[in-house]
Amino acid sequence: MKGETMEQKNYRPMWKDLGLNLEGHDQLLAVLGKAYKDIYMSQENRPKAMQYLDFVISEVHGLRVEELMEAKKKGNKVVGTFCVYVPEELILAVGGTCVGLCAGAEIGIDEAEKVLPRNTCALIKSFMGFKLAGLCPYIQASDLVVGETTCDGKKKAYEILNDYKETYVMEIPQMKTERDRTLWRGEVIQFKEKVEEITGRKITPENLREGIKTANNKRKALQRLSALRKATPSPISGLDALLVNQIAFYDDPLRFTRSVNDLCDELEERVKGRIGVSQNGTARILVSGSPMAVPNWKIPFIIETSGAVVVAEESCVGERSTRDLVSEDGDTLDKMIDAIVDRYFKIDCACFTPNEERTDHILDLAKEFKADGVIHYSIQFCTPYTVEAYKVEKAIQKTGIPFMKIETDYGMEDMGQLKTRIEAFLEMVKG
Amino acid sequence: MKTAGIDIGSRTIKLVTVEGKEILHFLISDTTHDPLEQCRSLMAQTSFDRILATGYGRHFFETHFDVPTVTEIKAFARGAKAIFSNCRTILDIGGQDTKAIAMDERGNVSKFEMNDRCAAGTGMFLEIIAKTLGYDLEEFGKEALKAQGNIQINSMCTVFAQSEVTSLVARRQKREDIARGIHMAILNRTLSLLKRVSTTPDIVFAGGVAKNPYLKYLLGDALGCEVKVPEDPQMVGAYGAAIIAQDMNR
Repeated sequence: MKGETMEQKNYRPMWKDLGLNLEGHDQLLAVLGKAYKDIYMSQENRPKAMQYLDFVISEVHGLRVEELMEAKKKGNKVVGTFCVYVPEELILAVGGTCVGLCAGAEIGIDEAEKVLPRNTCALIKSFMGFKLAGLCPYIQASDLVVGETTCDGKKKAYEILNDYKETYVMEIPQMKTERDRTLWRGEVIQFKEKVEEITGRKITPENLREGIKTANNKRKALQRLSALRKATPSPISGLDALLVNQIAFYDDPLRFTRSVNDLCDELEERVKGRIGVSQNGTARILVSGSPMAVPNWKIPFIIETSGAVVVAEESCVGERSTRDLVSEDGDTLDKMIDAIVDRYFKIDCACFTPNEERTDHILDLAKEFKADGVIHYSIQFCTPYTVEAYKVEKAIQKTGIPFMKIETDYGMEDMGQLKTRIEAFLEMVKG
Repeated sequence: MKTAGIDIGSRTIKLVTVEGKEILHFLISDTTHDPLEQCRSLMAQTSFDRILATGYGRHFFETHFDVPTVTEIKAFARGAKAIFSNCRTILDIGGQDTKAIAMDERGNVSKFEMNDRCAAGTGMFLEIIAKTLGYDLEEFGKEALKAQGNIQINSMCTVFAQSEVTSLVARRQKREDIARGIHMAILNRTLSLLKRVSTTPDIVFAGGVAKNPYLKYLLGDALGCEVKVPEDPQMVGAYGAAIIAQDMNR
């Protein structure tokens, strides 16, 4: 298995059937393959178990899509999502697969800008670009695409996306009162009915219990990974740990959980032997803010090539999606639904007001992971995170931990400037 | 030990050699299309035991000569502190970026900000607008001092400001009044940057744009304190890097 070749097998007939733009897709895979080689394969001292992740990435548009197509032939459905609010448990209960849709690359921008304003956040522009340019096999394979009202940009963009691919939108409340919980419960039940409708299968206490268990086990494996990064020196790079969290949105959950646990076994040995990816004394950085979807590796890449290590991601691709489990105590369907409602209602997305639990979580993480510095990352034009950065800064400043905020998109033209800023920040952290 | 600091900026490359804190040599050249060759030629004109690179070109220098690097932020902080021991705030306006740096009493950087990708209000901006008005860079600030009228320039984007200036010229507005408007626009932008970072005196103004006497005057006037400009404001980064290289010895 090699990370540098993205195409091991001829998937072109499948991609053609999915309606992908083959020429553009070839270019995408070439760029992705090169980026992965430059950013990932150049890292030293990687855990051996990362080979599995290298393999998954090398087959991200190949084998994994083929598996989904096979599953579809058996009547299992694919549900594409853009957000950690979509309750995966309900999809798993009826034998479906939940996949995160492509939204992390600057691609199809010309197409996206035909329908979206230029000053739209890179993530929204990206998913629109992927769809309009015909480059995301997952959205093509999806039987249901689920959007959500986490921000105005996404909310309005889904109306447009719906013209190209039917998009079911879940309403996410903006506050956390009892009234909001009632609304959210209604949304979860309606989504359950939608899932039952597209699959023609009933959600029962038995299959939902299994769904809950599968999703929890995946989160537990990721929690285990996260906890291992508290060690000094960190046994795994931030880039690799981010990749694991990114792959969590694509891979088969059972196989993925096993692989992450294998990785954790190896990391435990490393921690026992005080083996790390960097020397003792390397600055430990907590990255907090907007989601980093594959292949958005920009910020951790700059941080880790400037002599620091990222120890945690306070992000939807990271702590925010793995922190809480669904209670497994429920014995009736109603109680299980309630457990799901409660678990998802805890998510501290910046779309909520007020959102003090997020700042509290960041402070806890900074302490638990012994962070020497906090870098707040927001995607340019991502209003919820960009604005909330101020509150985060104020809270972090009280602890005396150095803080810096970065606002950027998926483009590479500000790499030089960002490198200078991050290096100078690290000089400050080291004193 | 003789150490050197080289600051590879977007417009000029500066090389300073020191012994302790004493400056032995200060050399400067244009960056041109071949900065590597310029670096070589500057280095050939002096001698040193160790060199440290800074500036936006520090990484290519590092790759070619296998030398350590330091960011402009830290280099300017050390350089400014060595020249003005009470320095707490640094404003550096170079060819393509603007930086504001706050330091504690001991000279450690406590906060900084820099422009992220646009060269608005930097040396490049001044140069292009001066050219549009038919001034050379040295006389631009002096001419603005002569202004009588008060023209507001609304654009800070180099491209838009240039077309705004062109249309003001077409409306037969006085050159020096437009020049003043441009300086006021840079002043306002710079003040808001400083207010976000620090306005604690001593405030040191460095970088090529600090050679502009009118901007120095306007800043001092707006901030209500004297803004200190080193004798040669362009060498502060290279000087700071050279001093840091001295410390690496210990």
